[in-house]
Amino acid sequence: MGVRDLSCSLAMAEALAEEMERDPTVFIIGEDLTAHGGIFGQFRGLPERFPDRIIDTPISETSIVGAGIGAALTGMRPIIDMHFADFVTTAMDEIVNQMAKLRYMSGGQAKLPLVLWAPDGAGISAAAQHSQSVESWFIHTPGLKVVAPFEPADVKGLLKAAIRDDDPVIFFQHKRLFRWTGPVAEHHEYLVPLGKALIKRHGSDVTIITYSRMTYECLEAARILAQQGIQAEVIDLRTLKPFDMELIAESLRKTRRAVIAHEACLTGGFGAEIAARIGEELFEHLDAPVLRVAAKDVPIPFSPVLEKFVLPQAEDILNAVRTVMKYPSRAVTRACSITKTPRSKRRRSG
Amino acid sequence: MAYIDPYAMSPEKKIALLETMVLIRVFEERVATLFAQQLIPGFVHLSIGQEASTVGSCAALRPDDYIVSTHRGHAHILAKGADPKYMFAECLGKKTGYCKGKGGSMHIADFSKNILGANGVVGGGFPIIIGAGFSIKLRKTDQVGMVFFGDGASNRGTFHEACNMAAVFKLPIVFVCENNMYASTSPASKMVAGGSIAGRAHAYGIPGFITDGSNVLAVAEVVQEAVDRARRGEGPSIVETETYRYKGHFEGDKQKYRTQDEIQNYRMTRDPIDRFERVLQEEGILTKTAIKEIWAAAHTRIEEAVRFAMESPLPEPEEALDDVFVNP
Repeated sequence: MGVRDLSCSLAMAEALAEEMERDPTVFIIGEDLTAHGGIFGQFRGLPERFPDRIIDTPISETSIVGAGIGAALTGMRPIIDMHFADFVTTAMDEIVNQMAKLRYMSGGQAKLPLVLWAPDGAGISAAAQHSQSVESWFIHTPGLKVVAPFEPADVKGLLKAAIRDDDPVIFFQHKRLFRWTGPVAEHHEYLVPLGKALIKRHGSDVTIITYSRMTYECLEAARILAQQGIQAEVIDLRTLKPFDMELIAESLRKTRRAVIAHEACLTGGFGAEIAARIGEELFEHLDAPVLRVAAKDVPIPFSPVLEKFVLPQAEDILNAVRTVMKYPSRAVTRACSITKTPRSKRRRSG
Repeated sequence: MAYIDPYAMSPEKKIALLETMVLIRVFEERVATLFAQQLIPGFVHLSIGQEASTVGSCAALRPDDYIVSTHRGHAHILAKGADPKYMFAECLGKKTGYCKGKGGSMHIADFSKNILGANGVVGGGFPIIIGAGFSIKLRKTDQVGMVFFGDGASNRGTFHEACNMAAVFKLPIVFVCENNMYASTSPASKMVAGGSIAGRAHAYGIPGFITDGSNVLAVAEVVQEAVDRARRGEGPSIVETETYRYKGHFEGDKQKYRTQDEIQNYRMTRDPIDRFERVLQEEGILTKTAIKEIWAAAHTRIEEAVRFAMESPLPEPEEALDDVFVNP
């Protein structure tokens, strides 16, 4: 078995086909799944192979998500197609009050092995109700796991892992990445474990932490920075909850500078949580404040010129990196001050 | 369509119906006293007066059928076979409760009995039973899913979505509306358009039934027909039972929205247990003494359950961190 180049949508279709083949309890439910192999081609070939297990429903998001929950509670492994991530609002009670809580409220009796698949993100002039990045809502809801892959290989490996996981997984996939192509293993057991980040580019000067399509912009920025003598390490988180703080810490102990980039708007975004954790756990390792690059705090506008202005660009990442690089390294000064501090004071300040 | 003559029901089954109704009544009254003694934290919703509706409905189910219940759910859960001792323990927030003290009165579930849980969100059960319906279809079993709800929940959008979805896919579901005339403080007469909830079935092209919710045999007959239909793969039905709750929306409810006379009148003329006891005596199935014994047995069982719950340990505080995920 080899490796070939696949788009994210074909990687997804392959993961689904393999898991549906492997496990007869896996099925897909949602709107407009079969007519064109999904609105993004993500279900290509599946309706022919599994006609009973890919279910087109009426436009009833509340019941679609509820159907996934009820089926998961009674022995199935559903994949709920949300059509657009923005539409989660029409099923928020099912996701937040039911899916996230039924296991806990039943004292661990209930098991909800389901995937809620939601294409998110902006950049296609779809305006404010078809362009959001809403991961923070679910990261902030105990009981849900949240995944947002970038590379086609991770789409396949994480989707397969999410289907096999016994807990509810919210699986975000950026709309502009469906045709994004990369090497994907043919192997049927190609799994990417939830909760593990990946270093996409090694560097020693600054760590850029990102996920989903912003990984592309960060890699672009890192390429330009390298030409200017700054070696950026780029981390693709892949899973947002639980997220890989260990890998972030390992990188920051080396680079001592952090920039976090996401497409979701700034205030209350996931970047704030990562920055807080870095502040709490790695303060003494930092040479500069942690900076965030994110969309502006407005709904996503329609006109391309407006949309581009609101969304974070590679240029914004470059600027943030240049800012954190201006701070002098504290590594040496601090080491000196510690040797000068008397033992008693050191203990008190510790 | 197979006609189930309720009066052809065996005497043993009829006695069992009365026993369950009495057990529920005694359970609920005991919850009220424990709550009054401030031994139950939070708030509780009792269904005293609605026993016939619940017991008649569950009588039509097999052990492997699914139910989804409501915030007023103790009766459904007992009627589907849950053990009162773990229910009391849950109401008291004990470690030995069905949900280890994490759910409380409003969220009791027993997955071993296919009780998919009471639900704190009014109308929250509809989408879940749709999922059970799809699951049954995909697994090709002849199970049935039953969702209980009140007149209040019939006005949620989830009800419309679920009725349409169940009808479109002919899902094996029975919608049981226990119309107790009040959604919290709001009378159904002012909040439900169209005259009846079962009447809405016409819009979905499925059967709708209205039945006397204080007559356990009448409920059993109608629900059995709906359950049989679902089991045969002929799709969903809506059954509306006209019933009444004697207690407030929650314990402590001042009930300014109705008169004491109304409640008393219902109790005197339509109490489901009184009515059924009279029927069983008239049919010569039970004597007064035998009925007294049923009540005594229920009291004994409930007191044993309460003792178990009271003597059970509280959870360790750190247990609050368990049961979020299967694989944290």
